[in-house]
Amino acid sequence: MTELKLPSLDYAALAPILIMLGTALLGVLVEAFVPRRSRHVVQLTLALLAVLAALTMVVFNADDRIITAGQALAVDGPTLFLQGAILVLAAMALLLIGDRSVERGGAFVAQAAVTAESADDRRQAEGRNGLTEVYPLVTFAIGGMLIFVAANDLLTMFIALEVFSLPLYLLCALARRRRLLSQEAAMKYFLLGAYASAFFLFGVALIYGFTAGMPGRTAGVDFATINAAVTESPASPVLLFAGMALLSIGLLFKAAAAPFHVWTPDVYQGAPTPVTGFMAACTKVAAFGALLRVFHVAFVDASWDFTPVLGAIAVLTMLVGAVLAVTQTDIKRLLAYSSIANAGYLLVGVLAPSRDGLSGTMFYLVAYGFSVLAAFAVVTLVRDADGEATHLSRWAGLGRRSPFFAGLFTFILLAFAGIPLTSGFTSKFAIFGPALEEGQAWLVIAGVLTSMVLAFPYLRVVVMMWLSEPGESTPTVTVPGGLTSAALMIGVLATLVLGVAPAPLLDLAAGAAEFVR
Amino acid sequence: MEETVQYAGATGLLGSVWLLVAIPLVSAAILLLLGRRADRWGHWLGVAAIGAAFVLGLAFFFQLRGLENKSVELSLWDFIAVGDLRVDFGLLFDPLAAVFVLLITGVGFLIHLYAVEYMAHDGGRRRFFAYFNLFVAAMLLLVLGNNYVMLYFGWEGVGLASYLLISFWYGRPSAATAGKKAFLMNRVGDAGLAVGIFIMFATLGTTQYDEVFSGVGGLTATTVLVLGLLLLLGAAGKSGQFPLQAWLPDAMEGPTPVSALIHAATMVTAGVYLIARSNPIFSANSTLQLVVVSVGALTLLMGCIIGAAKDDIKRVLAWSTVSQIGYMFLGVGLGGGAYALAIVHLLAHGFFKANMFLGAGSVMHGMKDQVDIRRFGGLSKHMKITWLTFMMGWLAIIGMFPFSGFFSKEPIIVAAFEREDWTAWLFGGAALLGAGLTAFYMTRLFVLTFHGPKRWTEDIEHPHESPKLMTIPLILLAVGSVGAGFLLSTSVPDWLTATAGLGSEHAEHEAVLSHAVITTLSLLVTVLGAGLAWFLFRAGTATAPQPAGVLVTAARRNLYTDAVNEAVFEKPGIFLTRALVFLDNRGIDGLVNGLAAAVGGGSGRLRRMQTGFVRSYATSILAGALLVMAAFLAVQAGWLA
Repeated sequence: MTELKLPSLDYAALAPILIMLGTALLGVLVEAFVPRRSRHVVQLTLALLAVLAALTMVVFNADDRIITAGQALAVDGPTLFLQGAILVLAAMALLLIGDRSVERGGAFVAQAAVTAESADDRRQAEGRNGLTEVYPLVTFAIGGMLIFVAANDLLTMFIALEVFSLPLYLLCALARRRRLLSQEAAMKYFLLGAYASAFFLFGVALIYGFTAGMPGRTAGVDFATINAAVTESPASPVLLFAGMALLSIGLLFKAAAAPFHVWTPDVYQGAPTPVTGFMAACTKVAAFGALLRVFHVAFVDASWDFTPVLGAIAVLTMLVGAVLAVTQTDIKRLLAYSSIANAGYLLVGVLAPSRDGLSGTMFYLVAYGFSVLAAFAVVTLVRDADGEATHLSRWAGLGRRSPFFAGLFTFILLAFAGIPLTSGFTSKFAIFGPALEEGQAWLVIAGVLTSMVLAFPYLRVVVMMWLSEPGESTPTVTVPGGLTSAALMIGVLATLVLGVAPAPLLDLAAGAAEFVR
Repeated sequence: MEETVQYAGATGLLGSVWLLVAIPLVSAAILLLLGRRADRWGHWLGVAAIGAAFVLGLAFFFQLRGLENKSVELSLWDFIAVGDLRVDFGLLFDPLAAVFVLLITGVGFLIHLYAVEYMAHDGGRRRFFAYFNLFVAAMLLLVLGNNYVMLYFGWEGVGLASYLLISFWYGRPSAATAGKKAFLMNRVGDAGLAVGIFIMFATLGTTQYDEVFSGVGGLTATTVLVLGLLLLLGAAGKSGQFPLQAWLPDAMEGPTPVSALIHAATMVTAGVYLIARSNPIFSANSTLQLVVVSVGALTLLMGCIIGAAKDDIKRVLAWSTVSQIGYMFLGVGLGGGAYALAIVHLLAHGFFKANMFLGAGSVMHGMKDQVDIRRFGGLSKHMKITWLTFMMGWLAIIGMFPFSGFFSKEPIIVAAFEREDWTAWLFGGAALLGAGLTAFYMTRLFVLTFHGPKRWTEDIEHPHESPKLMTIPLILLAVGSVGAGFLLSTSVPDWLTATAGLGSEHAEHEAVLSHAVITTLSLLVTVLGAGLAWFLFRAGTATAPQPAGVLVTAARRNLYTDAVNEAVFEKPGIFLTRALVFLDNRGIDGLVNGLAAAVGGGSGRLRRMQTGFVRSYATSILAGALLVMAAFLAVQAGWLA
């Protein structure tokens, strides 16, 4: 029997991942053994504590620049920065998920197996407490994301992708109201996600084939091997490029880049709003973390070849996001298209292969995550008897009804539109500046033009909120309890602070902006 | 002039200078955010915030006095740091900033106190105090910033607060219009200031005061001239100087405490502050100084002449403000030691003008908000305190010995006579003539309001003295009007020498007339002007407008400056706008609308592709995947890259 040699594991460096996955397992046990009444509190506390502990470990590891677990995981500057970002944003998302003051029983269905639209369903919608299984699911997803941004070979990356995607599919189906829409969204997300995973996996196979046959090296899908293969492999480059294309499709699907964005509006609209916020903030960080590592580490020497293609995708993404946002009539779909356009901007950052480009992209991810979570937090508050009122016509005159929340939302929209003194401005600056320096002027021009188009739908909402008279059907804004308020205020404050004094976070990102290879 | 300017870092107590800006700002935020919940106690919070800022200001002032290097800088955070461009969010506390802080918070506190009672019957009192605190915060930021960008922030902040407060009673069309006028005219000036700051970026690569002043010696004369003129444009806009003076008198549509604080004592002096602060730039070019002096002299005479023909008590005071700031511009334009004199006059003016405005407010309070001095008269018997305190202000502004105006204005007149060429006679003469005219119209105002026969409208029976909360600030300000001039003129110039360049050079030229002669002359014209006005108006005046000669008619029409504005700017402007609108509608809009329609139409058509069917989504993903693969392979084959 051949002896199996265990790779050495740096447990401290892996601690954030282990904490999240361990807590998720613990959460499953809590579901089984803790009485129903106290589950919600226990689960929420547990999840938040885990996030806090993981974040502490990330800070504790701040100086790590290592590859551990064989070649599987890299714990370096970008990993730690992005893990920190995911954890902070996930903590905010957990606050939204855990809120039960805005809607009695929370935003999640009480019994997922009840037929939608039946009498039982209506009864459960009236305020029975929501499922608490969401917390282990979210914790699993966070754990998967933490692995995803640290993954240093394609197989680990694939596993991580599945680990965080599967809970998200489920979470999407758990909305308390409009359950058919929610279930449909989950179904679509699942089918298309599986479809995209297949592309990814096929890409991995092709890349593996490409790395075979190098003198003095074994074939493999870890990034160091791929990196070496790009310049040394005797295999046909068709394998490399077909593989690269298929891989990027899998990743761009998660990042919601065109033309792989089609699922985004439907899923964002159907999913429970806190989950939408979680996806818009954290999934984006994870997906771009992986994109950055794949293209900056593994394929960096082929950058001349992939830049035109990814650049075209970036422009297409910005265009699709911006143009389609113009005619949206539902606030969640509008935010979905805005998130698509932002994926385009982020791709511009990915294509600026400098330290500044990397740090700018990471800064953008954090800034955007805070703003988008705050935006979805406001969306949860505008509601009538049937739940959230997401149709834009219902938001008319909201400024008169609730000037405070309308003011906050206006501020967030201005941030999305990139007005100075908001993080939207500084983060766009942080991305477009390096791109310009790296000679990607065409991407920057496309970015600026599409942000002008995109400003229109944002400002239309602002105008509608403030300059229209409130109608009969204008809903009121529910005054939120502590959890949602906290998430909202953190998001708004971060948007402001990162717009006024971005230097500390930019410095932090710049200090972290180097991959280990 | 190659001199380096350096500031020391802030330590100890002075490390918390930022509190000066933060306290009023937080108070304003609380008042605005809490809404009606704060209606009952909000005004006291506003007063307390300014009071606290004043106490802090005093503490900082004494701390600063004990220091060796009297300029301390506090860098809070990097505001913008991109490439070579670095803007620091930093504060500078030096003697110049210190005296402004004391003026703003000291006079500001008294006026806040007064406003508690004055606005007692107004439903929007809390909102009023929120804006008022916002104004104080912005004004303090303006004088405390350590670079031009910070100054610009404060500058726009006070502009905003001023706009909000002028149109405070936005229900009145005249107030709304006045607010708009102030806003627009300030934009012109602000644009000048902004372009000036851009020029600093472009030529010096910095906006920090110390770096700009150290680098100004290396600039060409033309650059300095253009830079200075742009700063002057900004200063003229904010301070109501020629040719941007028209908004200030209209700004009197705001509540009277606003007129007192913003449009008399503090904000309108921001232009003087800007020039005094930028003195190394202005001192570097004599043409520039000549322009400043000319603007000052012209404006001071215009203000006097128009002020003499107005019948609205607040507008007379407003034009007198325009005229007095003209004196200050004259002072800062003269350069050298006269910078300090202008600041002294600014401080003294802050006291006596605030005093008179609040006095006018007190009169209006008693007279059912009437403002026509032709329908006043004989009020000295009914409003004793207002009368006496107003008298102190009046004596101060006309420069009567030993009231404060004498000690602050007269040195400026002397300094004007100290110029080296024939312009000494021109500017000295203008300043002297201005003194006489000031005495005339201010005496006219005083006599018509408080003395002579009653000419009240029927509905007024017993004008009453204002309550204590209003008279106490009046008394305190009156004390300031009496004593401030002497104290300031003996202490401030020495104090200000520690500010770079201010008052450090003494006049090199002998005055064309001896000091004693000038003093005698200026007292003489003052007495003459005042005496003439007393003689003409002691028996009251007609209550209806009288036919008048060319000069008076011209003065009543603001010397036709509004007409000139209309003919030179408004009419061609409207024409240009119409032409542009035409072009815009036909040409550009066609294009833009076409684009917008294309975007909208494209959006609508693309939306149809979002069918909601998973199968079509999967197909589009597959198509995209094929495209991407094809593109990668095409690149690899060298067809694209």
